[in-house]
Amino acid sequence: MITPIVRTAIVSLRRDRAALAMSFILPIAFFSIFATIFGGRHDSTPRVNVILVDEDHSRASLDLVRGLQREDSLVVLTRPQSKSKRAELLPEYTADSAEAAVKAGDAPVALIIPHGFGDHPISFGRDSDPAKGGVSIQLLNDSSDMIAPQMVAGLLQKAAMTAMSSVMAEEGIKRFDQYSGGFTPEQRKRIKAQIDQSRQQKNDGTASGSGFTSGLIAVQSRAVVGQSKRNPMVSFYAAAIGVMFLLFTASNSAGVLLDEAESGTLDRVLSSRVTMTTLLIGKLTYNTLLAFTQLTVMFLWASSVFKLDLFTHIPGFVVMGLCTAFAVAAFGMLLASLCHTRAQLGALSTLLILTMSAVGGSMFPRFLMPEAMQKAGLFTINAWAIDGFTKVFWRDLPIRELWPQVGVLLAVGIVLFVVARRIARRWEFA
Amino acid sequence: MNATSLPEAPPHSSSSLLESFPLEVVSLVKHFGQIQAVDGISLELRAGECLGLLGPNGAGKSTLIRSIVGRVIPDAGRVSVFGFPASTSEARSALGWVPQELALYPRLTCRENLAAFGRYHGLSGSQLAESVAWCLDWAALEDRAGDLAKNLSGGMKRRLNMAAGIIHRPRVVLMDEPTVGVDPQSRHRIFEMIEALRGNGASIIYTTHYMEEAERLCDRVAIIDHGRIIAQGSHDKLVHDTFASRSQVLAHFAGPPGVIEAWVERHAGQLVDGAAEFTIEDSTLIAGLLDDAARAGLELEDITLRRPNLESVFLHLTGRELRD
Repeated sequence: MITPIVRTAIVSLRRDRAALAMSFILPIAFFSIFATIFGGRHDSTPRVNVILVDEDHSRASLDLVRGLQREDSLVVLTRPQSKSKRAELLPEYTADSAEAAVKAGDAPVALIIPHGFGDHPISFGRDSDPAKGGVSIQLLNDSSDMIAPQMVAGLLQKAAMTAMSSVMAEEGIKRFDQYSGGFTPEQRKRIKAQIDQSRQQKNDGTASGSGFTSGLIAVQSRAVVGQSKRNPMVSFYAAAIGVMFLLFTASNSAGVLLDEAESGTLDRVLSSRVTMTTLLIGKLTYNTLLAFTQLTVMFLWASSVFKLDLFTHIPGFVVMGLCTAFAVAAFGMLLASLCHTRAQLGALSTLLILTMSAVGGSMFPRFLMPEAMQKAGLFTINAWAIDGFTKVFWRDLPIRELWPQVGVLLAVGIVLFVVARRIARRWEFA
Repeated sequence: MNATSLPEAPPHSSSSLLESFPLEVVSLVKHFGQIQAVDGISLELRAGECLGLLGPNGAGKSTLIRSIVGRVIPDAGRVSVFGFPASTSEARSALGWVPQELALYPRLTCRENLAAFGRYHGLSGSQLAESVAWCLDWAALEDRAGDLAKNLSGGMKRRLNMAAGIIHRPRVVLMDEPTVGVDPQSRHRIFEMIEALRGNGASIIYTTHYMEEAERLCDRVAIIDHGRIIAQGSHDKLVHDTFASRSQVLAHFAGPPGVIEAWVERHAGQLVDGAAEFTIEDSTLIAGLLDDAARAGLELEDITLRRPNLESVFLHLTGRELRD
């Protein structure tokens, strides 16, 4: 008796495409996404953008810049990137423009090598204290990215030990000379020859590594974004989780259309003065308002329980909330119009929404992902919505700075709705 | 219930419209793939008339109704309502449709359902409130007005379904098997509602596969089979045209099928679902039929003599039961 039961279940599963998709495609899709992000794709390890400002232009600072530029894990930006071919005409970053760029989210970290760095590039404790006339490299960071500053700080020390080995040796000998009573002329000559040889080997690319390492360069870190936030990741997760569940709500709400088609209510409505376009616009409006209300409740909760600073960001929240709600509502309408049954809608929406949420940054920040994955995220509503909310709540940017996110979300919403309307023609007439 | 409160039909400015049939269907054709659902149907609905569409499931009744309300685009033919093409807003306003399905919002109350469909038809304000009140009264649902539609009994849902179809006070009402799945008491209640509607001058098309409903409610009946009207007229006319003054004999025999077939053919009868059917002028002829059957070696199991009705007409014309 067991065999017929198993056989019946297998045949039923084989004919239920929605269940098949949920059983096999969704796990494989998720495994692939997570494996790509965290797994063995070493060739696509995420590279960190770092803005570099060399105010010193000393031999030591140039060595350090070259050392950082040689790091595979870093993308060193010395001037703003431009999509136009006249990119080379853009001026190099200054300390101020670098700080502004970090605040705007162009890069998570900026390094400022100040004037005087080359005089004493190697830190010897009190020498780096600015109060005592010391000079430190400034590391400006966006505290929403907890990984990039740590990574850059570590690579900075590595670069110092490898690229500035001759400088380090020179500095060490200078200090030894100062505190030991002085070298003889012969000693000075031999030491200079050794340092020159080391520098030549490094320039030739034949240096063996860190033979002259001693001490570290002084770095002073400062968060330029989010430094005053009481609960730094709450705004990110409020947006990230909020958008993911908006997508589920929107597709479920749009699924009412399928219920109405099945019950005959849709036919009855369309036999009145209501046209399909009017009906769909009505449902889109409702679903948009529902999604916006859901977002509002979520952010109010985050504000009251997790101290998210909602009330000083009301205009930005309203703009981003409405645009996001519109885009997800249109997405739900498209899914509902594509499907013929609730079961199909359930399977398709789960598959798409979880995938979009994983790639688009609703499950973990996109800056953790490989570059290709980060670019793929731009094809999701999640990424644009999260970026917009981050601009509002994290970077405190004015509303006019939201235009890329607002533009994309509105355009996506309009396109999805137009496609949904076209597909919905199948309900209009038999 | 206040059946007399149905308002008068809105006046039409054009005298030609007043002369038009409330509903006219001309040579309507509709295919679904290889299936010909409607095959050249023509009919007229006269003012104040109730026209029954009688036919088995799958005969094409619902497709015809859905073509009239614009939910099906016919391949050929035309439909006009008071002279207006069916797709126009004038036609839509004049048409009310009670679909076979319970096309309601289950989580809305009776009152909210009626108000929603009223708004879809362009009603608002006091006009909407009056219509909702009238429909609740008409459907005897005033005391359940605040109940969710999903919590109503089957009969009440049917009544609410009907009320939602006439919320905008249409002059032509299309009812697609409105009594499906209801108990006899609810069915009786629905008949009263329809009669009240007729009493207020509405013209009605009523589809059913229940012969007794068509006989009770309809002035005329169009019998539909395989997408075609195979007979049309009043009950008496249909019966007379088919059987004249003859009666109908239905008999079941035990015996070899070939012998039964030969015997039936010899007496100009027909076999319908295993029963031998004859029409006879005089009941005394039954004795002769039975004698001949006995001589042929057939054993009589039961025999019925009956006055022909619409079901007899349908059986006679199609060779099939209405409820097939």
